[in-house]
Amino acid sequence: MTDNTTIPVLPVLIAKDFASDQEPKWCPGCGDHAVLQQIKNVLPELGIAPENIVFVSGIGCSSRLPYYLATYGVHGIHGRALPMATGLKVSRPELSVWVGTGDGDALSIGGNHFIHTLRRNPDLNVVLFNNEIYGLTKGQYSPTSKIGLRTVTSPSGVIDQPFNTAALTLGSGGSFFARAFDRDGKFLRSILKRAALHKGTSLVEIYQNCPIFNGGAFEAFSSADNKANNTVYLEQSKPLIFARGKRGIWLDGFQPIVVDLDKEGISSSDLWIHDETDINKASILAHFADDHADSEESLPRPFGVFYAKERITYEDALTAQIADAQKNGIGTFEELLRGDQSYEIKKA
Amino acid sequence: MTDTTKSTRQVNVTSKTSVSVLFAGDSGDGMQLTGTQFANTVATQGTELNTFPNFPSEIRAPAGTIAGVSGFQLQFSSKPVYTPGARFDVMVAMNSAALKANLKDLHRGGIIIAGTEGFDEKNLKLAGYPEGANPLEDGSLSNYILFPVPILQLTREALKESGLSSKEIDRCKNMFVLGLLYWLYTLPLEGTFETLRAKFQKNVHMAEANIRAVKAGYFFGDETELFANLGRFDIAPQKQHGTYRRVTGNEACAIALTAAAKKAGLKLFLGSYPITPATEILSTLAKKKKYGVKTYQAEDEIAGIVSSIGAAYGGALAATNTSGPGLALKTEALGLAVILELPLVVINVQRGGPSTGLPTKPEQSDLFMAMYGRHGEAPLPVIAASSPVDCFYCTYEAARIAVEHMTPVICLTDGYLALSSEPWKVESPDNLASITPRFHAPRQPEDPPFLPYKRDDRQVRAWAIPGTRGLEHRIGGLEKQNETGNVSHDPENHELMTQLRAQKINQIADTIPLQTIDNGPKKGDLLVLGWGSSYGAIKTAVEQAIEQGYSVAHAHLRYIHPFPKNLEEILGNYKKILIPELNNGQLIHIIRDTFLIAPEGFTKIQGVPFNEMEILIKITDIIKELQS
Repeated sequence: MTDNTTIPVLPVLIAKDFASDQEPKWCPGCGDHAVLQQIKNVLPELGIAPENIVFVSGIGCSSRLPYYLATYGVHGIHGRALPMATGLKVSRPELSVWVGTGDGDALSIGGNHFIHTLRRNPDLNVVLFNNEIYGLTKGQYSPTSKIGLRTVTSPSGVIDQPFNTAALTLGSGGSFFARAFDRDGKFLRSILKRAALHKGTSLVEIYQNCPIFNGGAFEAFSSADNKANNTVYLEQSKPLIFARGKRGIWLDGFQPIVVDLDKEGISSSDLWIHDETDINKASILAHFADDHADSEESLPRPFGVFYAKERITYEDALTAQIADAQKNGIGTFEELLRGDQSYEIKKA
Repeated sequence: MTDTTKSTRQVNVTSKTSVSVLFAGDSGDGMQLTGTQFANTVATQGTELNTFPNFPSEIRAPAGTIAGVSGFQLQFSSKPVYTPGARFDVMVAMNSAALKANLKDLHRGGIIIAGTEGFDEKNLKLAGYPEGANPLEDGSLSNYILFPVPILQLTREALKESGLSSKEIDRCKNMFVLGLLYWLYTLPLEGTFETLRAKFQKNVHMAEANIRAVKAGYFFGDETELFANLGRFDIAPQKQHGTYRRVTGNEACAIALTAAAKKAGLKLFLGSYPITPATEILSTLAKKKKYGVKTYQAEDEIAGIVSSIGAAYGGALAATNTSGPGLALKTEALGLAVILELPLVVINVQRGGPSTGLPTKPEQSDLFMAMYGRHGEAPLPVIAASSPVDCFYCTYEAARIAVEHMTPVICLTDGYLALSSEPWKVESPDNLASITPRFHAPRQPEDPPFLPYKRDDRQVRAWAIPGTRGLEHRIGGLEKQNETGNVSHDPENHELMTQLRAQKINQIADTIPLQTIDNGPKKGDLLVLGWGSSYGAIKTAVEQAIEQGYSVAHAHLRYIHPFPKNLEEILGNYKKILIPELNNGQLIHIIRDTFLIAPEGFTKIQGVPFNEMEILIKITDIIKELQS
């Protein structure tokens, strides 16, 4: 293996130290630029040397991510970033392994890998750029496109129900789910850092605008007019309050209800208090997305960490099994070749 | 031998050179276990041995039917044997379906030991015999030496005081048969007793009952008048002294991967998905944690290979194992491994295809897929194992080529090699070829820029793994600029990179051994050119043809891509080339295409291996025609 015997004092790195010499080739105005910038901002904060960080990706606009970062990177094949990253992480648990993927890559062609990775829980940081469209192939609908969306392959409107990424993640046994926005850099940065620090598969869904093929898909949550009323930002142990403090979410049994804090005499302590370790509450939050932001009673779209609860990672469990198998010593080469059923043939 | 197995009466013991035995019964009759035990006992005598199990793809096909017949064939001999025997000399038939399914492969004059209870009205009907017909009674077996033995009844009598339930007692009937065969071939029982005691460690009653059943079978042979005329047989052991183990092809592959990792100083990672008949490679390696082996049972075939590519990127000796349908699913990822230029061992255990085909039956029909089954120009080395033991050396060699030439390598075996076994003289680590990974050293800031695709004179790039300071770089499936590895769509660059990748594979021919003639003259009438598991049948047939005075030689290809450098010269030394294959003719196309010659093909696509007689007849026909 490599010679790391002389470890130099790590220089203090800044965001631009993580920029590779390749110029990003994303379209002007693409949300990917903003995500890349926040990743570059977060990496120096982690205190991990660039040589110990690997970005793995599949295929799609977002999967070009590794080329623009001055870490190790592999750009694989469509849908397969997660198994590639898992194989790397399992064989080299000490590395910080990140995955850049999109809604088509992770949820359509790679859907099988998505669910199985989450249940195994290797320590990967998965950044899912969700633009609700296939961008690289020029605008076909994706598994997160809204019903009715007209695209080149759905000229009469999409008729298949989109995936609910949060529900799918939690249903697959994911140990971390958070949602962020390309346009809200500061918040995105904080979420990426949380994801990096979470031990286990951390899934960050980023609403990312594709100005060319699906511009404005997230306008309801980003425009100055709508943002306050249609979004709620989750903070641990804090009540769910939105609309500039005017509305909150009250939990009636399993039923989340929007309440008007001015009118209804409900104090903030009566509201739903966010607990990111509660899988049941996280599941209810996941289904806020089923509600369309079209009236005052509509549930806002949650952003932030829905769920974060560490459990043993795949690579740690495997490492423990190997350690157990080796508790009486590592198998020798001779022992391997001899096996445990060998026999002697004596000279006749 | 202990007193328990001493003959009470004088029975004539005849020495024989070779015997082929088939244990056949219903899949619930425990024939695989019986055969394996018998083989272990034979092997520990130092007798030459080759075994082949043959069972249905259903776990429990309907009892009593032809579809449910499970067989275990073995040949043991005083001289080297390379096949389980073209036909068998002795057949144990636990029921009428087993007899019906296998009678055609029993030598005329061969011995049949039939469990009479399996020939009752119900069983005969299930096996499809006409009403009223019973082969044990109607004289239809008069060309054979028939011994009807009430195996079940005798087992029940022997175990009536064992305290076991009647169902458990009936399950011991295979051990009765084992004891009887031990008597017939003057073999010792102790090894089996030890195995049974170990197997039923937690159930002493069960162990003792099974042991009693073995003894009962042995004593039955001794006491009955049934075998008085036949007598007993003795196959003198001839193996050189030393330490041996018996391995199947699949086990050999698993050991080889672990050994290659040890030799290279790498960690082994196997990403895999269960598929018949390749699964034992995964399950064997899953038990090798003591050696630091990491196995990963992925969600599908694609994740199996892709996780291995991830591990290879990280510096592991990465491998994946599969069979035809799985290799088809892995082809896109193989292209990625080709363009990334990372080492990867792919073991493909071929089975009958296309599609689900014949999952438990061998075929050599994935050669084209191994050679050409990728999109784009994506050449990679293809090598093939020729025997269960050769699965070790071939897999080990695949790992050496992969690591030293930074390329995926496909190692072809098949369902026959995977499940067959033979004794293997335990190998010493020192005798195994060195495997030297070339990791790129860390880079200092003042060093020249790191070029991930800079090649040495063999066109091989260095392995630059994460964790190495100063080598941070990005690679991927997109075409890359020569040396820098940066994405490039430049037309001339793509052509150059395509040529460089092909040249790298072609140059492997410089490091592999020259082709040898396995047997026969260096020049002559006929060369039988084989590959893969047909080795044993060809070897035996050519030996016999040479004994009969024919001018015939045998060469067996391990390296199919690239070919050994002297192959063309060898092919030119014979008037005719015969290429037997278990497919519709694949190697023959490659040979024709490469050397512009016209060999003769001999194909068999029946899901069963060649037998030596078929090949011998073909050889003699061709040579007679040449001479006429």
